[in-house]
Order: sequence, then structure tokens, then C-alpha cells
Amino acid sequence: MTPEAGPGLSSETFEGSQELADRGATAPVELGREAGSVLRLPEGTGVDPSDIDVEYPDDETMIINMGPQHPSTHGVLRLMMELDGETVLRTKPIIGYLHTGMEKTGEELTYQQGATNVTRMDYLSPLNNELVFSLATEKLLGIELPPRAVWIRMLLSELQRVSSHLMWLATNGMDVGSTTMMIFGFRERELVLAFFEKTTGLRMNHNFIRPGGTAADLPDGWEDDVEAILDNVTARLASYDELLTGQPIFRERMEGVGSLSADEALALSATGPILRSTGVAWDLRRMMPYLAYDDVVFDVIVGTYGDNFDRYAIRLNEIRESVRILRQVLEKMPAGDYRVQDKKVTPPPRARIDESMEALIHHFKIFTEGFKVPEGEVYVAVESPRGELGCYIVSDGSSKPHRLHIRAPSFVNLQSLPVMMHGGLVADAVATISSVDPVMGEVDR
Amino acid sequence: MTAPTPSHQLDQLEPVLAGVARAASPDGHRIVFPERDAYHDVVAAHRSAGFEMLADLTAVDYLGHPGRTLPAGVAPERFELVVALLSVSQRRRVRVRVQVPEVDAVVPSLWDLYRGAEAMEREAFDMFGIWFTGHPDLTRILMPEDWEGHPLRKDFGVGRVPVQFKEAPGPR
Amino acid sequence: MGLEDLQHNFLTGRVEDLVKWARRNSVWPVTFGLACCAIEMMAVGAADFDISRFGMEVFRASPRQADLMIVAGRVSQKMAPVLRQVYDQMMEPKWVISMGVCASTGGMFNNYAIVQGVDQIVPVDVYAPGCPPSPEMLLHAILTLHEKIRTGEITRRRAPAAPGAEELAGWVPQRPDAVRLGTPR
Repeated sequence: MTPEAGPGLSSETFEGSQELADRGATAPVELGREAGSVLRLPEGTGVDPSDIDVEYPDDETMIINMGPQHPSTHGVLRLMMELDGETVLRTKPIIGYLHTGMEKTGEELTYQQGATNVTRMDYLSPLNNELVFSLATEKLLGIELPPRAVWIRMLLSELQRVSSHLMWLATNGMDVGSTTMMIFGFRERELVLAFFEKTTGLRMNHNFIRPGGTAADLPDGWEDDVEAILDNVTARLASYDELLTGQPIFRERMEGVGSLSADEALALSATGPILRSTGVAWDLRRMMPYLAYDDVVFDVIVGTYGDNFDRYAIRLNEIRESVRILRQVLEKMPAGDYRVQDKKVTPPPRARIDESMEALIHHFKIFTEGFKVPEGEVYVAVESPRGELGCYIVSDGSSKPHRLHIRAPSFVNLQSLPVMMHGGLVADAVATISSVDPVMGEVDR
Repeated sequence: MTAPTPSHQLDQLEPVLAGVARAASPDGHRIVFPERDAYHDVVAAHRSAGFEMLADLTAVDYLGHPGRTLPAGVAPERFELVVALLSVSQRRRVRVRVQVPEVDAVVPSLWDLYRGAEAMEREAFDMFGIWFTGHPDLTRILMPEDWEGHPLRKDFGVGRVPVQFKEAPGPR
Repeated sequence: MGLEDLQHNFLTGRVEDLVKWARRNSVWPVTFGLACCAIEMMAVGAADFDISRFGMEVFRASPRQADLMIVAGRVSQKMAPVLRQVYDQMMEPKWVISMGVCASTGGMFNNYAIVQGVDQIVPVDVYAPGCPPSPEMLLHAILTLHEKIRTGEITRRRAPAAPGAEELAGWVPQRPDAVRLGTPR
């Protein structure tokens, strides 16, 4: 579609098909892109059509559709693939099947309510979404959190990383064929979810990390609970190694499949385990620390070949690193307040509402109208299990955001999927999709 | 990873950024406000200076906003395109904000510089109606193909369905 | 005292009871996990909550082989035709459980993008509220569905003009369709 067709196009209804077009109907620039020429072409070079796979006229290739309802457990992702026999030539992910209008909804909810909305985007690590939203709001408010609130957030964030990577191991194992891994992963995850239920009240979509701190303090005996989880997970990780890492079938299926180079990953804005698997040691917790990550010791796991096996190994070892961080959090958790004591931002404790009129008024104002955030705009990013999760808030001085945008890592990482799948076999498609670890809730928002 | 050298990378950008308004933001990042014509060159210069990754590209509709703080010399328009660049080697972020008018909402695409801009620009197009020249496949990405309107514009309603409760005083 | 008071067993019971027993003990769901509820649905299929004891752990990918569609998650406008298509491809008898508030009523997302209740598209048998419903709640919904299969009619459609319909006019099933488990009689 050319821009001469004009902006001011709200009357125009059909901006173009989202599906994969036949080879004959595709412009050379798009063919060049799909063929893997992701990197910026040198100045003055056009894409020469004769360089592209011209030996595939239309009737020799087959366009097949995968999804949006398909048995791979990654949600409603639709993939159109062009195949030459079993080899994948071009792939086009078509998304939007879970678009929920969350950014529009975010403009209708106050900052206090915003966490309920944002938490449902990346539903495998909801606390990370709440964390980035709260950090962005606190930047705009200009408030400083008490140390205990920071460390509680870090505890929950790392536990969330453990549960998300366990879930990934489970679904990836199942995609590759190992149902045992699915049962193992979910079994371990239940331990973490039981702790979350005890602390936050819910297994998923917690709405616990809010601007100003957290909703409540940790329950008594939490150290024992966390320690039990850590010991359990550490022991069981050894059995995953036995089940998968050394196993020849698993290695054959994962090594060399879905490779990506570091330059391609940077050009495609991939972050998280995908970028680290190509050799770039970029982890926001180390490079641009937030919360108290510069007070704990941990390693950033980096791969070499950028293939599926590297991403598997990175996620497995990130669980170990998270366990290491959690043991340090257990030792170093400070005492104190779990939320900032700013009456304009933090609701008073429930007991005080019966005693003090002022507390009642503050509670009422915060929960009906919401607290006002000064005008400005801010971008904050954290390292979610999938990559860089960013939150861009534009505030107009009222109690609701003027614009809430979440930079979802899966949305951007999905762009690396066609490059990874090019030249591979269609049977590896499922394994490659799984190793990109998309969560459609945050892809579509 | 070496610690970021404060001067070298940003010095490289001074010639391109002469005459471009700048500001600092509460998150400590530099923000630049190029004109629409200079936008592509400014981002290209950043890319050459070591901003290897495009972290985020989105748009904002300022219709109904009471008044935003812009540096002197920047004429506010209805839409603003916000581009967040990230330098992995220098551990630095820069934000580029371009004013896009309502009537002629066309900007050059960053696809030739950063391949990762493709999906983000499609989303900005789908949600706001901003055209990107030079984009290989500017179609709707989140909404169905035949959807009318651009949902994140302020004049597009939320689409709330009235919900009936027995004792409720009325819709929120 | 007549034959109706005898406790029937598998030798002397009605064929209808046998068919209903078979149907409710092997309800096979079709994989229709959409969003967060899908994760809880998978947790129900995993070891801790285990729907395999109800014969349901086989989530069929093909709707042709499935009896039950658990709509787990928010249905967007783009997904709605797909949902209907998958439902139409299922063979009778088929049931639908609407899992979660987003599938039941649109949930917290009352906006342009989400269908306000999947019952606008497909007929729903059991609604399971929750955001997301915990696995125990989903199991309760499944057991309610089993009860419904046990007490409902075996064929849904009765043509009014069919011969013999006069003597069936005014016939009511012995129990109402909506059954609450555990309610004291």
C-alpha cells in the first residue's frame, strides 16, 4: 500500500491482507527480507531479484496455515509458512487474535487499578508486568521506596522467573515430545504458585506489586517456604538434566536448529534469552540494574550458537541463577515498611480507617478517584523472563494515564521467528516457536 | 562490559543534533526532538554512533491533553512518535520524539535502519493511523483486516457495552 | 412396588443410562486455550489436579474428535469466527464450558476488542467464573457438566410433529438441568 493512497484514511477499510502472499505476488524487497537478509544492505544496493530463490515458481511451493487454534501450547499464534517440500522458505506470523485493547483500557483505569490490567498481558510472569508499571509510575511520582519493599519485589520477581522458566521447560519438553517434562515442570511450578497464593492471594494475575510498594507484607514463615521451594527445585533440576540435556534425541532436535547470529538479533531488536543465546551478554539486571540487583551476585548466562539448544540451556541455568539470587535475598531481606508511607499515594492500613477520619478520606480518595501523577513521560524497562519488558507512560497530571504503552518482549521477539525458521524443516517449526517463548497475551495486548 | 564513556558517543552525535531541541527526562535519558524531515537522519546518526538496538517505537495521541512540556522551538502536533534507542555497548538509552500532524500523518520508516521496526511500525499504523513510507508491509497487525478506525486515537471510543445491574445507579 | 423401584445395575438398567455413563466418563476436550485461563487449564491436566481420573486428559487437537470445548480465555473480535468454526466442526453431542469471566461475560475488558461473553457465539452449558478460575473451580465446573450429562436428555432435539410426540407433551425430566453439587436435599 503506497502512502499516496493517503493518510486521513479512517474511511478506508481494507489496508491490505495480513496473510502470506504467493511468491509471484510478493515484492522483491519482501522476498529478500524473508530469505534472511536481515542486516542492513550496504548503501546503494538494491535487492536483485535474480539473487532470490527464483527457481521456486509458484506451483512448486506450498503455503500452509498453522493456527490460530493448534495443539502447541503457545496460544493463538497463526503462522503461514511457505514450504518447498519439508523445507520452510518464508514464514509470516499473523497476530492479533488475543488483542484485548489493554492499552486503551489502561487509559480508563487509575494508577492504583492499572496493575490489574497490566498483569494480564504476560500471564506467565504477571508480577513482572506489575513491577514495570509500578516502577514507571513511581518515577513519575518521584518517590523513593523503602528497602524492604524493594527486596520483596525482587523476591517475587525472581520466583516469578523460576516459575516462568519451569513452565517453559514443561511446554518446550512437550512440544519436542517429552510429556514427562510437562508433568515435571508443572509439578515444580505448583510449589511456587502455592507460595504466591499464600503471599498474594492468587496463583496468577496477582495485582500485588502496586505503585508505592506491594499490597501487603510477606506472611510469617515465608523464609521456610521459600527455602523449601529452592531446595526442591535445585534437586529436581538435576533430574531435568538427566531427562533432557544429555539425551541424544533431544540434542539432535535442538542443536543447530533455529540459529540466529548476534548481528541479526540486534537488528531485529530481540532481547532476553534469544539475544543472550547469540553471545551478547545483555541482561538488564546486570547492565542497567533496577531494584537491588547490584547488591546480589549472579551470573549472566550466555550461549554461543544462537540455536534452540542454547536457549534451552540458558533458561535452565537461569533457574539456577535465580535460585542463587533468592538465597541471597533470604539472607539480606531488610526489615521495615512494605510500602512507601506517603499518604497521598499509599492507602492507609485497614484498621486505621475505623479510627481516623483522615485515613478514611485518604482511602476513599485513593480508591475512587485515584492519586494524581505529575505531568510528564517516562520509559522504564525490566528484564522479564522473555526479554526487555518496558513501560512508557505519558501522564497529563490526572489520576489516569494519558497513554500507557507496554513494550512487550514477545511482540518484538516474534520478528526473529521467520529468520530462525528459514531453511529449516517444518517439523522443527514447533520446537523453534517454543524456543522463542512467545506469550500471546503480551504480543497482542 | 565496559562502563559507559559519557562523552565519546554523545560527542559523535553533536553535528547531527545541532539545532535539534533536547531535554532530559525523569528517568535520566536524553530526549531529542527532531523535525519530521530530519528524523530519519538523526536516527541513522545514532545508529552509526553505536545505538545498535531499537528498543521501542510507539505513538501518542495528545488530543485532549491539557499541555505538555516541550522545549522551545518545538511546535506541538496532535500525534507524537516516540522512538527509544538502546546502545548495548555503551549502556545508554536515548528517546527520539517527533511531532506528527493530524492531517498529513506520514513519517519515514526506520525499517532500513532497524529490521525490528517492522512490527512496531505496523502497530503504530494500526492503532493511530500514522503512515510509514518505505515500510515493506504496512497492514493492520492487531485488528482484523477490515476494521475501520484506529483504536488508540482519543476520538475512538472504548466501545464499552452498558452493563445492567439491579441496584446500580448508572453506568460508570 | 414395581419395576421402577428396583435399583438397576448394568445388566438390567436402561441403555440410555449406559450411554450417558460412557459419555460423561470420557469427555474429551478440544485444545482451545486462549489466554491466562489456558495456563490453569493446563495445570488441571497436569499432575497436581489431574483430570485424567475423569478420563479427560486427552486434549484432542482436532475438533472432530472432541466432545467438549473449554473456552479458556478472552475471545477477541478477530478470534470469534475461528471459535465458531471450531465449534461447528465438532460432532454432536458436544458441550461448551465457558471458563473464566472473560469467556463468560467479557470479564474486566468491556471494550471494542473483546466479545462480551462467548455465549454470543456458541451455546454454553456451564459457566465457570474466576480470573482465572483455580483448577479446583474448573474441576467443579467439569463435574457439574458431568451431572448435567447424567440427568439431561440423550437427544437434544425432539421434533414436535413426530409420531408419538403427543404422549411426550408435558413430560419433564426427573431433575432440573442446573444442579448444585453438595446441596442438601
